[in-house]
Amino acid sequence: MAKPVALECRGVTKTFGRVVANKNCDLQVYRGEILAILGENGSGKTTLMNMVAGIYYPDAGQIFVDGQEVTIASPKDAFAYKIGMIHQHFKLVDVFTACENVALGVEDEGRYRLADVRKKVIEITQRYGFVIDPDKRVADMSVSEKQTVEIIKVLYRGADILILDEPTAVLTPQETDKLFAVLRRMREDNKSVIIITHKLHEVLSLSDRVAVLRKGESVGTVNTADANESSLTEMMMGVKVELNIERSEPKDPQERLKVENLHSVNEEGRTVLDGISFTAYSGEILGIAGIAGSGQRELLEAIAGLHHLTEGDIFYQDPKTGETEDLRDKNPIQIRDLGVRLSFVPEDRLGMGLVGNMDIVDNMMLRSYQKGRGFFLHRREPRDLAVNIVEELQVATPNVSTPVRQLSGGNVQKVLVGREIAAAPTVLMAAYPVRGLDVNASYTIYNLLNRQKEQGVAVIFVGEDLDVLMELCDRIMVINSGRVTGIVDGRTARKDEIGLLMTKSKEEMQNGEN
Amino acid sequence: MAKTDKKHTPLLHIVKRDQGTLTWQYKILIRAIAIALALLVSGLLITALADTDPIKVYKSMISGVFGTERRRWNAAQGMAMLLCVSLAVTPAFKMKFWNIGAEGQALVGGLACAAVMFFLGESLPLPLLLVVMIVASVVAGMIWAVLPAIFKAFWNTNETLFTLMMNYVATQLVAWFLKQYVESGSGVMDIMPQYGLPVIGEYKYLLNVLIVALLTLLVYIYLKYSKHGYEISVVGESENTARYIGINVKKVIIRTLLISGALCGVAGLLLVGGTNHTISTTTVGGRGFTAIMVSWLAKFNPLFMVLTTFLIIFLELGSKQLTSDFGISSSIADISTGIILLFIIGCEFFLQYRIVLNRNRKEATK
Repeated sequence: MAKPVALECRGVTKTFGRVVANKNCDLQVYRGEILAILGENGSGKTTLMNMVAGIYYPDAGQIFVDGQEVTIASPKDAFAYKIGMIHQHFKLVDVFTACENVALGVEDEGRYRLADVRKKVIEITQRYGFVIDPDKRVADMSVSEKQTVEIIKVLYRGADILILDEPTAVLTPQETDKLFAVLRRMREDNKSVIIITHKLHEVLSLSDRVAVLRKGESVGTVNTADANESSLTEMMMGVKVELNIERSEPKDPQERLKVENLHSVNEEGRTVLDGISFTAYSGEILGIAGIAGSGQRELLEAIAGLHHLTEGDIFYQDPKTGETEDLRDKNPIQIRDLGVRLSFVPEDRLGMGLVGNMDIVDNMMLRSYQKGRGFFLHRREPRDLAVNIVEELQVATPNVSTPVRQLSGGNVQKVLVGREIAAAPTVLMAAYPVRGLDVNASYTIYNLLNRQKEQGVAVIFVGEDLDVLMELCDRIMVINSGRVTGIVDGRTARKDEIGLLMTKSKEEMQNGEN
Repeated sequence: MAKTDKKHTPLLHIVKRDQGTLTWQYKILIRAIAIALALLVSGLLITALADTDPIKVYKSMISGVFGTERRRWNAAQGMAMLLCVSLAVTPAFKMKFWNIGAEGQALVGGLACAAVMFFLGESLPLPLLLVVMIVASVVAGMIWAVLPAIFKAFWNTNETLFTLMMNYVATQLVAWFLKQYVESGSGVMDIMPQYGLPVIGEYKYLLNVLIVALLTLLVYIYLKYSKHGYEISVVGESENTARYIGINVKKVIIRTLLISGALCGVAGLLLVGGTNHTISTTTVGGRGFTAIMVSWLAKFNPLFMVLTTFLIIFLELGSKQLTSDFGISSSIADISTGIILLFIIGCEFFLQYRIVLNRNRKEATK
């Protein structure tokens, strides 16, 4: 039984300057199927879909909808062909309700009547099994609810072909299951669903077929039933790779960093850290898991001396002298002057860890420019360090005088991690260090962290991929709304157990204690 | 096949350039084309309005700048003064502190200098008077610049509005000073040629030119090779990064604006103590604003600023010559200046993006 082809791309090409994002890409999507587009970061998945959705205009190639060649020059054109895309970054108005956001920008005939919109929204939610309050303001919504509004927005405009760009990146395992149920119902309703992802197990559990992209080119499309993890990885990478992270037993763990009862508020006065306590030991990797925005960033920034605490203490145990220092309310310079060798790879690489417009040498200097006497900068040492890091970590760059903004994501991260490790830290904190990196670059980073652990560094790793956390970390601390909801052993923990901890509320915690 | 769809294929689309592949020759070529086109368009405009041929127009402009020794010195002085104010705003701009108050900062520098000359000129020996003049100008400029900086650093006020308003205060302060102390009541202060910076030989402007040349070099080195300059770049690029590595952002903002203000003070000193020997509300003459353009066009590089200053001064003096040679109203000169700036700024677009005509778009073969 052949299903009709809903959307087809033929020979689609798009270049950005020197970078070829897509080259001669072919793709077919049938009515009533879920197609997964799989590929490493930078393989051109999102760019290809952006061309279908009218965000970019292809340099060459053709797009067909229902067998007719079409020109899609804007998102409006895309909607005319009933194509809708849900982007990774939501485009919602915070002060509006779900309904108001859905109504926004729709040019219906006749008068604007919110009641009609509301009725239709409720109809859509019932049809596909969404759980959403149409009158809730976006500002009060969770990430998963916001995503639901984005999907309803697209359905409201009558989309038959839905494209979702990495929809599960921000969801807990439980929320992901709910989303997948909704997507399956759409398939039954004869819609075409395209889901962009790089998570293999999602591809296998959800999709009917998988289209694989590698370095901007389409490698091929396979039926999900005929595929497994290793065959897909091989298609994605071009070579067979072993995807095991080595994990050694911690050697001689000693208390290195003891965090007690941290409290803090953000600029709007909302509580972001609500009594966090934990201990990080030398020679182990402590993972931190949690839904995005649970206080991970503030926790690391508080330890690094960048985030003000209203309460709590951070004790650092010096491995050489054995003395204990309280790092609370000290700025990064004061912390360094105490002889505390604390390195920090922040989440925002180009906005905090590095300066995009500066070259590699000047970025090396960020940590060390004050060294040396006198008024003038000393660029020789940073230059040597830059050359070393480029060589050792195989950073792909024309030379060390290239602005880091021009490097790819993986290379940017190598420069940053390389610099932080070069300081010979005793505590190394890394926030989402592999976000946006391809498989190879990710493994380079895992190996670097593992090597630090073996050298006796206390490594704190904030991650979002639970599979990686469970393979890499010795212990995993789960936080939610600025509270620790549990610390589990990385070797024995189960994913659903961590998932539940990620959403455990304050009340549930207290009930559990009683 | 829905042939109708072909019709609304956009004629062209814009593609971002890869900055890594742009050669400096290409960058210069684009800018040279822009200047050539600008001169062509403004030449045609002037020709149409003044009813003369463009070659004559350009000849007249060139002679207005280089024609006689006096004109050449005028051009050098004009460049020196504009460049001095431009150097002053550059450290602040590099830090993304939008100081548009250089006009006022230079003016109070000049006022301080004039006041010292006026009140102390007779009572102090000349060398001591010079020292007091220098200190007074520099300190006045610093105060005018550091006030907005303090408010920005501690209460995050908008520096653009603050520095702009300080300009008006400075102007009114000068007006008050003239009204209060000029005995004739005319509001025009007599020239005090006896008190002023020394003159090298017979060249009235040479000292100014030399001082500004030295300052250009110093500012260049300060920004590029000193720890302070590095901190300015980091704060300007990303305050978060500055925080992350422990730079005291407040301190850097205040320190940088002190330098910015001091340089403005020097400009005021050179204008009043070195050139005019008097003061009026228009002594700075809009240089504080033109300097913003000079600094931006040169991408905050003091050495390139010599070129951009030359361009502005060439247009200014050249246009003046046009007015006298052809009797064109001076507003036409302003129009042509505007056209040239528009082209120079507009060409940046072509350095960032490429335009692709869809006519040449290859159809995929299948």
